[in-house]
Amino acid sequence: MAEEKKETKEAEKEEAVEEKEAGKKEKAEEERIEAGEQKIYKQVKSIVFSVFSPKMIKKMASAKIVTPELYDKEGYPVDGGLMDIRLGVIDPGLKCKTCGSKLKECIGHFGYIELARPIIHINFVSIISNLIRCTCRECGRILIPKDKIKKCNLELDRVEKERGIEERRDKVKDIISNLKTINKCPYCKARQQKITLDKPTTFFENEKRLSPIEVRSRLERIPDEDCFLFGLNPEHVRPEWLVLTILPIPPVTIRPSITLESGERSEDDLTHKLGDIVRINQRLFENINAGAPEIIIEDLWDLLQYHITTFFDNNIAQLPPARHRSGQPLKTITERIKSKEGRIRHNLAGKRTNFSARTVISPDPMLDLNEVGVPKVIAMKLTIPERVNEWNINYLKKFVEKGSTKYPGANYIIRPDGKKKKITEETKEASLEEIQPGYIVERHLMDGDLALFNRQPSLHRMSMMCHRVRVLPALTLRLNPAVCHPYNADFDGDEMNLHIPQTEESRAEAEILMEVQTQLISPRYGLSVIGCVQDAISGNYLLTKELNLTRNEAVDLLAAIGIDDFSKLPRKENISGKEVISVLIPEDFNFTGRARSCIADSCKGCENWVGDKCKNDSRVIIKEGKLISGIMDRALLGEGSGLLLRNIHKKYGKKFTIDILGKLFRLGIEVLLKVGFTTAISDTDLPEEAKAEIKETLNKAEKEVDELINLYYNNKLEAFPGKTLRETLELKILEVLNKARNTTGALVAQHSDLKSHTKIMADSGARGNLLNLAQMAACVGQQAMRGKRIEKGYRERTLSSFKKGDLSPEAHGFIRNGFKSGLEPWEFFFGSMTGRDSLMDTALRTPKSGYLYRRLANAMQDLKVEYDNTVRDASKRIIQFSYGEDGVDVSKSENGIINVKRIIKSTLS
Amino acid sequence: MTKKKINIQHHILIPKHIKLSEKEKETLLDKYNITLQQLPKILKNDSAIQNLDVKPEDVIKIIRKSPTAGESIFYRVVTNV
Repeated sequence: MAEEKKETKEAEKEEAVEEKEAGKKEKAEEERIEAGEQKIYKQVKSIVFSVFSPKMIKKMASAKIVTPELYDKEGYPVDGGLMDIRLGVIDPGLKCKTCGSKLKECIGHFGYIELARPIIHINFVSIISNLIRCTCRECGRILIPKDKIKKCNLELDRVEKERGIEERRDKVKDIISNLKTINKCPYCKARQQKITLDKPTTFFENEKRLSPIEVRSRLERIPDEDCFLFGLNPEHVRPEWLVLTILPIPPVTIRPSITLESGERSEDDLTHKLGDIVRINQRLFENINAGAPEIIIEDLWDLLQYHITTFFDNNIAQLPPARHRSGQPLKTITERIKSKEGRIRHNLAGKRTNFSARTVISPDPMLDLNEVGVPKVIAMKLTIPERVNEWNINYLKKFVEKGSTKYPGANYIIRPDGKKKKITEETKEASLEEIQPGYIVERHLMDGDLALFNRQPSLHRMSMMCHRVRVLPALTLRLNPAVCHPYNADFDGDEMNLHIPQTEESRAEAEILMEVQTQLISPRYGLSVIGCVQDAISGNYLLTKELNLTRNEAVDLLAAIGIDDFSKLPRKENISGKEVISVLIPEDFNFTGRARSCIADSCKGCENWVGDKCKNDSRVIIKEGKLISGIMDRALLGEGSGLLLRNIHKKYGKKFTIDILGKLFRLGIEVLLKVGFTTAISDTDLPEEAKAEIKETLNKAEKEVDELINLYYNNKLEAFPGKTLRETLELKILEVLNKARNTTGALVAQHSDLKSHTKIMADSGARGNLLNLAQMAACVGQQAMRGKRIEKGYRERTLSSFKKGDLSPEAHGFIRNGFKSGLEPWEFFFGSMTGRDSLMDTALRTPKSGYLYRRLANAMQDLKVEYDNTVRDASKRIIQFSYGEDGVDVSKSENGIINVKRIIKSTLS
Repeated sequence: MTKKKINIQHHILIPKHIKLSEKEKETLLDKYNITLQQLPKILKNDSAIQNLDVKPEDVIKIIRKSPTAGESIFYRVVTNV
């Protein structure tokens, strides 16, 4: 492992990861030989980053590269070429000349080329610049007087000890930045010249160019003891090594060529680049030996510098990127590692997984909440390994007998020595004979197996929960619509992922920590994240509000949701909906709450409180498991609202809660199946007098606005403080129009059919609200952009069909028609304007907030609540002295609050 | 115009800042089993502690209103830069 790490690192940046304990390593080597097959575990104590010395490069190289040619006429790699077989093999059939192993066994070996002239390494330019600026040009000493050097070193050590290595680096920068202005060497008294860097790689001293040879010789002069002040350990990094005299050639295995269909060979980008380097280097050698003029040599030298720079990094701002003949830039070493598609984020941090599935999801309310419906085809691909023992051998043999093509079958058997065998029609018999305790059978996924179910973006811990498998026909993954909310899923084409844990430990972990019922109470607000939705809410609303059933109907209903104990049902012929729902509630449960229709803080003094009853029946009382009064709607059954589900969870536990939730959900749906439920245009019908009244209100409002506009033109309008006249007018107009719309809304609510299904949906909280209804039946209202009426468009007007300077509601986006009666053309246009505006807004905001969240999550990922209630980071620095300032674990509270009164009451009784 | 000196401590949005005595400081560090480096920091020239006569390594106790806990106590160590 250590070996492999070393290879990649070297190849990437010429920086080696060296193991400090070389001696220890040898010892481990001996142990390995003695122990034979036994595994040796080693602990990484430290990692040292260093720079290769020319000597080291030569030592680790197995070939010297001298020619840019790749293959000879027969297509065999040239000796001393870039594809030299001493650098490893990429062709099947060939053997590596260095290690003698074949393709895939040989990991490749480095080569080297001797550079005709030194070249500055692009990634070390800033360090080199610091080094030559802060050392004497004559004697090479650092520009700090002798007595201060020791002080600086001590200071650095102190900073590192107190604040860590990061701070030490900052301190080094600090010290160095002060040295650049010193112009007299404290040792040899030589005057220092001003050194500038012409990016990317050329140094100038007083307008005179410093050749890399000169730079290197200055770096050589820096004594070892001064290196420490630059943050370099001369044992690992001598300054002159930062200027290349020898270039290591990466093994062919990291730059394999591909053979095209036509039989042509296509080389890797790195090979292309290296070819350029070798060619120019060769030319430079020849020219120097032939004694060519200085200009030619310098030109070639610069060219070599360019090629080597782009070999390391092809994205240097001042350099044109090296390109293919087709014009597309070469992908060289830095581009391989960097950014999202680079090695780190793409291949190392982002891995792909086996035993997983992904398809479109669809709803199935007949599944339990903690179940997931898996298509049969998927169930036959995903497997669970089961170890054969004496007791289950016959059970597992049945799977093997079925083979991989019939449903509850098996795909593979694994022998105790780890050899995997596929089960096919032919090998079935043999496998069946062979199988015995110790073997592993990879059987198909079956009902009741555990699976992790996930939908991206996984912002929550509830975005990945453990479900139990139900193998079903058809091709979609199925889930109960009640668990859509934690996943934030809908069924407009959403896809979700399924993972099958493969070991006993992971299954135990998934079951105990991640199963749906363990995630019921949200750590965000301490209420249930799972509740009834849509039909389930309107169904229960109807049931508890007005339904009266015969005994037969009630029994039917309860039987349909899987209840077979009807002893809680009152023994009479006519049964109310409240009595039906009471069957589900445990007998020792007491609860009081309010439905959505409740308007006051307490029943005392409430205008709806007539006699000892609520006019809207919004006071929900459950006494000893019986729903005495009240309507069950979203405030009680929905996710994240009300304390009914929270209290059931607290008293009876997660298993019971999820059970009752599933039953309530199905009960709601069954009720709707019984009574029939739909929505229609006729739901928005209003009586004639209501229509007239609405028309009247709108006319009045428009007249009022006209008067305001007249006042404005006659300069009789009084401006609000801090506002201009025009702004005041706008505000007043908006106020009038809003009031008008609200009045029409109230009129619609008052006059619409209470039994209409649209109204029921709005009242129960299942879907839609009164505003939606009013928009359909009466008046859509003012369209606003950026909190103002619509202003943009043509000069001084919104559309060309209006007069210039028209301030009327109509000309600024007030839609007085309802959707049913239909919109005028300009009204429709204004509607489209705001519609597009909000669409753009959401499309632009989603990625922005996603990135914001990512940064937040990354910044806080290692925060932890310690046993003393403090929140601390990884180095145990305190972030908060008490978690959330009050030390409350939200998931153990009710809506973030601990209700002491209730606790006392329940303990006393 | 003469400059009017405003004591920012009296502003309603500034929570109460109190300097801890050496003894209180020791018990605090003891209570959480930490060193000074592990405490949150406050800049020496922070406006809120200007008239508390502080020097680096002093610990400031801050009592502020909290939406969750009513009143919460926080400690910060004075630092240069």
